Amino acid sequence: MSVKQISIFLENKTGRLDEMTDILGKNNINMRAVSLAETDGFGIVRIIVDDPYSATTVLKDAGYINRLTSVVIVEVPNTPGGLNKVLKVFTEASINLEYIYALSAGKEPQKAYMIFRVSDHKTAEAALTRAGIRVLTQEDITEL
Amino acid sequence: MKRYFQEEIECASEEKLREIQNKKLVEQVKHVWDNVPYYRKKMEEKGVTPDDIKSVDDLHKLPFLSKYDLRDSYPYGLLGVPKKDVVRIHSTSGTTGKRVVAYYTQGDLDLWEECCARAIVAAGGSEEDVVQVSYGYGLFTGGLGLHGGSQKVGCMTVPASSGNTERQIMFIRDLNATIICCTPSYAAYLGESMKEMGLTPDDIPLKAGIFGAEAWSEEMRRDIQNTLGIKAFDIYGLTELSGPGVAFECSEQNGMHINEDHFIAEIIDPDTEEVLPEGSQGELVFTAIDKKAFPMLRYRTRDICTLTRGKCSCGRTFIKMAKPKGRTDDMLIIRGVNVFPSQIETVLLEHGYQANYQIIVGRENNTDTLDVHVEMTPEMFTDDIKEINKRQADLVKGLLSMLGIKAKVTLVAPKSITRSEGKAVRVIDNRKI
Repeated sequence: MSVKQISIFLENKTGRLDEMTDILGKNNINMRAVSLAETDGFGIVRIIVDDPYSATTVLKDAGYINRLTSVVIVEVPNTPGGLNKVLKVFTEASINLEYIYALSAGKEPQKAYMIFRVSDHKTAEAALTRAGIRVLTQEDITEL
Repeated sequence: MKRYFQEEIECASEEKLREIQNKKLVEQVKHVWDNVPYYRKKMEEKGVTPDDIKSVDDLHKLPFLSKYDLRDSYPYGLLGVPKKDVVRIHSTSGTTGKRVVAYYTQGDLDLWEECCARAIVAAGGSEEDVVQVSYGYGLFTGGLGLHGGSQKVGCMTVPASSGNTERQIMFIRDLNATIICCTPSYAAYLGESMKEMGLTPDDIPLKAGIFGAEAWSEEMRRDIQNTLGIKAFDIYGLTELSGPGVAFECSEQNGMHINEDHFIAEIIDPDTEEVLPEGSQGELVFTAIDKKAFPMLRYRTRDICTLTRGKCSCGRTFIKMAKPKGRTDDMLIIRGVNVFPSQIETVLLEHGYQANYQIIVGRENNTDTLDVHVEMTPEMFTDDIKEINKRQADLVKGLLSMLGIKAKVTLVAPKSITRSEGKAVRVIDNRKI
């Protein structure tokens, strides 16, 4: 069920993100979501794409160190309190969140999609499903 | 005021010095032959016996010792006396991470401290002076060496050790310290700090400084002299040969007098190992002729310099060595500490990184900085920043315990480290010395 996110190591230097995304663009890879975590000396770019396996090959060939990690992508109503409803489910199931970020908008404007990196994947997905919250698959993302 | 600590030796005629050296060398070679099987074997391989060494003229017949011998014979292979006669050790980092441990009998300590005492007197010190020793105390020879020398002169000795600049300045001012011993970079830093505090040279009681353990330029000497209002003297030494005080500068400030009654210096061609005539530039080789616990014969220092003998206006007759111009190996001296790139490599490999690294040495506020750039690898990369930071912190800790100084670690992209003709440039030294 889970979606694979690509985490990429980047040096914290001018133009590095530009170079990396340029390679993705030239290889016709569309980023559905992107987030950048930075420290003093380096950064980790996390992206969601339609086909993570071909994207990692492209990145690897271009010399980028990257790793696939599982994330949970959830459909949330694009209304006040929409995200909170999901977070309550996590709290009740004692799930820790490492980070969250958002997917770029899909076809339906009333729906938003949030990406969660959680401490316990299986429990998180089960709890969400029980609460009637839609968890997206890799295929779903392409359809959005 | 006394101008010399031991005038009869320091100003002895060349003939008298030669006589002392001949006698001590012959005895020392016998001592080593009888007590250091490691060196005896080297002599046997070269077909030399103590009978072949009758004077300094025969010195060239003896085999060399190098840092590799120190590594191979670690820890006790070059010990020249029973362990019960050893009263102290000092230590420095070695090329492969193995430390060099040097041993001292009470007699060895006395002669070393006398060498330091000569340096202090040459810098104008007497029992009227207050000497603040701001070299690190401990395994490093700087602190305890000058400390012992200062006590031998009869100075009031302040064992300040390194660090805590505010306290250093407080002691200098409150106790009226007149002579300071530390690394030149620390002296420069002290000068800057005092300037920031609004102190002028007139507010600072210091009159002289004895600075060594790292390379420094004439410009740096001028800066230190101006900001602290002192005369700055150079001092040379190696742990292998006891420590600072093997050679010291006099009022002429143009080269260091070698304590020739304890150490015989030679200049060799580092490639052919041939002894070069006086005045030539080459690798400095020392023979310690009366140190018993760690008796180094023809020890290759890897320092490149020249020797000149001549009448010195200070009255000393000891031969002078110029400031070393460089080294024949890849050793770096950072904040007074010997650092070999191979040591850094060892730590990286131990921590799961590959040996793709670059060492960047710089100087900020007159203090050396060490930045190790390490290429990230797929194995060491994870999505978890905390984990990467933790590994980075572990690496900093590993480097600290290997080198004894703190390094900054920067993770860089794979293949980003400059390679010229396929070979990575391991060291970038941005210090302007």
